Amino acid sequence: MKLHEYQSKLIFAKYGIPIPKGRVAATAAEARAIAEELGGRVVIKSQVLVGGRGKAGGVKLAKDSDEAEQLATQILAMEIKGLPVRKVLVDEAAAIETEIYFAITNDRAARKPVMIASAAGGVDIEEVAATTPEKIIKVNIDPLLGLREYQIRDIAASIDLPREYWKDFIKLATGLWRTYSETDATLAEINPLVITKDKRLIALDGKMMIDDNAMFRHADLAEMRDIDEEAPAETEARKYGLSYIKLDGNIGCMVNGAGLAMTSMDIVKLFGGEPANFLDIGGGAGSDKVAAAMKIILSDPNVKAVLFNIFGGITRCDEVARGILVAMAEVKPKVPMVVRLVGTNAEEGRKLLENAKMITAETLADAAKKSVAAAKGKK
Amino acid sequence: MSILINKNTRLLVQGITGNEGFFHTTQMINYGTNVVAGVTPGKGGEWVFDGKIPVFDSVKLAVDATGANATVIFVPARFAPDAMFEATDAGIPLIVCITEGVAVQDMMRVRNYIDQKKARLIGPNCPGMLTPGESKVGIIPGNIAIPGNVGVVSRSGTLTYEVLYALKLVGMGASTCVGIGGDPINGTNFVDVLEMFEHDAQTEKVVLIGEIGGTDEDKAAEYISSKMTKPVVSFIAGQTAPPGKRMGHAGAIIEGGAGTAAGKVKALEAAGVKVAKHPEEIPSLLK
Repeated sequence: MKLHEYQSKLIFAKYGIPIPKGRVAATAAEARAIAEELGGRVVIKSQVLVGGRGKAGGVKLAKDSDEAEQLATQILAMEIKGLPVRKVLVDEAAAIETEIYFAITNDRAARKPVMIASAAGGVDIEEVAATTPEKIIKVNIDPLLGLREYQIRDIAASIDLPREYWKDFIKLATGLWRTYSETDATLAEINPLVITKDKRLIALDGKMMIDDNAMFRHADLAEMRDIDEEAPAETEARKYGLSYIKLDGNIGCMVNGAGLAMTSMDIVKLFGGEPANFLDIGGGAGSDKVAAAMKIILSDPNVKAVLFNIFGGITRCDEVARGILVAMAEVKPKVPMVVRLVGTNAEEGRKLLENAKMITAETLADAAKKSVAAAKGKK
Repeated sequence: MSILINKNTRLLVQGITGNEGFFHTTQMINYGTNVVAGVTPGKGGEWVFDGKIPVFDSVKLAVDATGANATVIFVPARFAPDAMFEATDAGIPLIVCITEGVAVQDMMRVRNYIDQKKARLIGPNCPGMLTPGESKVGIIPGNIAIPGNVGVVSRSGTLTYEVLYALKLVGMGASTCVGIGGDPINGTNFVDVLEMFEHDAQTEKVVLIGEIGGTDEDKAAEYISSKMTKPVVSFIAGQTAPPGKRMGHAGAIIEGGAGTAAGKVKALEAAGVKVAKHPEEIPSLLK
């Protein structure tokens, strides 16, 4: 789950990381009031869950509250990478001396968390990483020991942070480690971390992502999810524990297992079709979950055919068949459906679907070809 | 010969009385796997499967009483890390975790702990292993594979079944099939299993099934070109997957451009691996 900048910074503050004074606003009038409180000179920052907001014109400096209101009006009317801006963060403007990049994330290859820092912070950090990788400092953290203070000092020295800031930096890094580990973050990023002209360290921007698999122990964070930023079908899918991503094609796919779901999409494309979605019903799905999945697929008006590819292991084909029947009775779909059941309880599943007027397929390639043909209106 | 599991595997099932645990234990017993005990905290002293299999409160008690030398975990995701720690501390050398959805920071702790204790973890979020005709540990349907000389290793669950089934349809069998799991942090990677297949007398050819994300396939390609003498055929899932909706820069800084299906296919082909366009093409590439 992605968090907005303002949400991330509120969490940072809870763990002792200094952030600019500011608040979030949903209207230009609110933005004006916040700017007045903060003394006029503020930054208006669009709150959308995509990167590159600054480059898209969604972050602007206002010299007084009049301009703050005017810029907030502009930004609140914007769309950034297809997402409408619904909120802006109004932050006091900082007088910046230096910009640092600082983050903790998962290092998959090392199987450990990694702390990343660079003296070349700011919007072009990926460019820096690609062209001058020596300017990026990485230190792995032992997940059983946690972040140790000597590692923070090593980082501070490596990015040439003046010694007068070390004490504050140690406090800040410890706070970021606690943020990362106590919220089950997959990313806790400060870019830029600035040194201000009046010699303070401040997290000017913040990004966080939380591990969805850890949400069971973070009820407070689950409430921060912004469902306005998701496609409704994706919200619905999450409710049922389904993994669904909408795509642009016209062949709906329902598959068990992420690898097989991706493969089914690949084969549909290989035989000249376009998948309408990625949908993994997961392992051991019961009939209710299958029914929900089918409704989600059929809610996409582009769908001209549906491909069910179920290879039963922990999932039982008869359970899937029952789910298909429940959903068919409710939704009464008008599009052709191709079904392939193999593995655990496949025989029982096929028997249940005998009277359901579905196109059956034996192999994966056969199923893909038949659904491509069905979507084109051919028998 | 086979790798990791065979007729001598004495299997413990953690979560044996749960829905999934019970169902798949039945399947494993029917296949001929020697299931010696189960663990469900709070149900120690009960006997399941017609009084043939004892249930214990802890892994340690089960190991002491039955000499179990492998365990398979079917407990819900929030309890799975504890189950893996418990099995490690009880000294079980082979731990297979089927559970899907384990939190990634939990997995980093588990993996780093297990590495210190010299146990081997397969999974999590994996289908387990199958040595056709001898032993099945996990959830791979037994009837989709026959004994043979092809070693199969895969990051995916159901996609592995497709491949085993496609092999069986043309009369080809597997020495052992290992599902290493699809999670970003797991216990055993491709290179570990390739090494075992390279040294296994029964295995003559290997099928490697990868997918987008991470760098495991690239490392496998390196190993294959430098160390492996047996032929390898591969399939990589996710050629058409849309790029993830990414936020933040840390992922790009850590992984750079790695992780695409095209990049993996290129690395494997450069290592002399034949890469199939779809899984049902694999048997013909093995011939």
